[in-house]
Amino acid sequence: MARPSTPPPGRQKPPFWRDPAKRALFFQAVLLLAVFGSIGAIVSNTLNNMQAMGISTGFGFLDDRAGFGIIQSLIDYSPASSYGRTFVVGLLNTLLVSALGVIAATILGFVIGIARLSPNWLLARLASAYIETFRNIPLLLQIFFWYFAVLRALPSPRDSISLGEAVFLNVRGLVMPEPLAQPGLVWTLVALVVAIVASIVLIRWNRKRQDATGERVPAGWISLGLIAGLPLLVFLISGRPLTWAMPELQGFNFKGGMTIIPEFTALWLALSIYTAAFIAEIVRSGIQAISHGQTEAARALSLSNGFTLRLVVIPQAMRVIIPPLTSQYLNLIKNSSLATAIGYPDLVAVFAGTTLNQTGQAVEVIMMTMAVYLTISLLVSMFMNWFNAHVALVER
Amino acid sequence: MLNNNKKSLLLSASVALAATLASGVQAAETLDAVKAQGMLKCGVSTGLPGFSAPDENGDWQGLDVDICRGVAAAVFDDPSKVQYVPLNAKERFTALQSGEIDMLSRNTTWTSSRDTALGLNFTGVTYYDGIGFMVNKSLGLDSAKQLSGASICVQSGTTTELNVADYFRANDMAFEPVVFDTSDQTVRGFEAGRCDVLTSDTSQLYSLRIKLSDPASAEVLPEVISKEPLGPVVRQGDEQWFDIVKWTLFAMFNAEELGVTSENVDEMKANPPNPKVARLLGVNSDFGESMGLSADWAYKIIKNVGNYEEIFARNVGKDSALEIERGLNALWTEGGLHYGPPVR
Repeated sequence: MARPSTPPPGRQKPPFWRDPAKRALFFQAVLLLAVFGSIGAIVSNTLNNMQAMGISTGFGFLDDRAGFGIIQSLIDYSPASSYGRTFVVGLLNTLLVSALGVIAATILGFVIGIARLSPNWLLARLASAYIETFRNIPLLLQIFFWYFAVLRALPSPRDSISLGEAVFLNVRGLVMPEPLAQPGLVWTLVALVVAIVASIVLIRWNRKRQDATGERVPAGWISLGLIAGLPLLVFLISGRPLTWAMPELQGFNFKGGMTIIPEFTALWLALSIYTAAFIAEIVRSGIQAISHGQTEAARALSLSNGFTLRLVVIPQAMRVIIPPLTSQYLNLIKNSSLATAIGYPDLVAVFAGTTLNQTGQAVEVIMMTMAVYLTISLLVSMFMNWFNAHVALVER
Repeated sequence: MLNNNKKSLLLSASVALAATLASGVQAAETLDAVKAQGMLKCGVSTGLPGFSAPDENGDWQGLDVDICRGVAAAVFDDPSKVQYVPLNAKERFTALQSGEIDMLSRNTTWTSSRDTALGLNFTGVTYYDGIGFMVNKSLGLDSAKQLSGASICVQSGTTTELNVADYFRANDMAFEPVVFDTSDQTVRGFEAGRCDVLTSDTSQLYSLRIKLSDPASAEVLPEVISKEPLGPVVRQGDEQWFDIVKWTLFAMFNAEELGVTSENVDEMKANPPNPKVARLLGVNSDFGESMGLSADWAYKIIKNVGNYEEIFARNVGKDSALEIERGLNALWTEGGLHYGPPVR
């Protein structure tokens, strides 16, 4: 039985509209045009409407005097500063609470995640209770709880709880002595850098030596001693070039020293504790994803429990843990915008709140704020993707 | 990968759309829209006794609320045809610009930038106010000049936030601003001791003081540090609606000046004592037509809501819990600032 005839040898190329590659290119170009066209239409429509309604537009307002105070600022800020500066102040406050929140949530999450797998019945149950409590209560309520229920129970500045007349705790926050650097402190910092570099070198050398000879020195302890000891020695030799600004109760509040405001503490606690519950579950799932055979193999090689966890289980679990961990970090950063509920001066409260209202330039302000969150999130994602690639299993 | 990129492009486009739509709406003929929806959508505060707050039955009461009711009475002859939209200070102008509400009557200070740069118009002054400071009596203060270093609770997005900063700077004093979203939260902060001072328009301070668990423990310092003329706001570009809201208030002033009250207005209309009253109540004349209203528009306002004196007395004045004196808010004939242009 002959098969249907094959195309004639001198076959013509199909017309371009039947070439799948060219057709795909065409449709993608159309889609791109449509997308940019609609963005353009939206922008010009918005501008026209705003002009017709007599609403001022543009970014000139960023240079105008802001005229309002902000309770916490990492840079110099006064009511005489510009709206542009309120943007920076808010941004830094957001970054501060997010960064500290990420660190605390990671540590707490790992500890609780591992505790949940502990053979110790009480410890495992406590960890489960923690996770089920904190991940099932809305974050906003937790923020309110820490702010209104816990921190508001603190005494007034006059009746502060004091620790050695240097650290004071009251309803206005935690007041501490502020370190003031004197000339000469730079040598202590240099010593710190030197100690850190030396430790890294030492650890690398130790690893190589172990690979080659099987012998090892306790590099961890030596590094710790180096990092703590060397700067301290230099600090003492250079005549202790550091003074402290002691807080003092004057009139209504403490003057001098530095204050951690309760709004920050409440937000930071709530974000860390809430996100840690999710991270704990991610850590648990990551560890349980490693087959039990791995642990048994490690035991057979007579590795201790600690070494098994550190050298066998965790490195493999990290591959499972990191992608969902990235999402939790992004969630935490975005959730920090709930700050506005308790008056912590983050980007949303200061810039998309007060600045928007005082200038009335909603479109510009909201665009800038969204762009900031997008940028931060993309940067965090990029870093975590890099880190993920770094810990990925090297297949041989 | 390409597919993903396209998706995210589309996504950002729709986000941008959502962000811009809010400012793209424009109501050309507010009166027609209000009539069509059978309701006046009026932006009020989130709860400020005396100005706008729900009572125990859930009905909104207050001076600002009565302006809404006055406009509804002029349009529908029924002051209950109002849908109240509670807004905090940060949301109020966006809500009006986007057309979510037809008018804003929410103790809002009239300033040049708000009047010119936001696409809005202030229609008049319902209450002449100024910023004051409330402190705990136990502090034993007698002047705002003693407040250096204090923590101050203030509502965000208000002129208060700016004026307080100005005042402390001008007097070379330091302060710590504790900024909350709603006036309720500022009261909670004040009660919990988070701040030493609660600052706001003086009228609001008296109103917020009632919310304290022990109102007698707080006192308002004598200084009034700024001018805060509060008034209703409408969108720019609809002159007819602007006129209606403006003249609703003027009708209330004129009624007080002419002695027309909600009780005697029927009698006055049947038997006008003088031509001014006749013109105000639309007897043998029609000044409502040019606003798109009936000839007896002012009669409806006064009959249903009352004149300014009645409104003031029952909400913030002598018949209310606030017991605020008329002061600047008396008519011009009695040494105050309120002055209704004549109806003719």
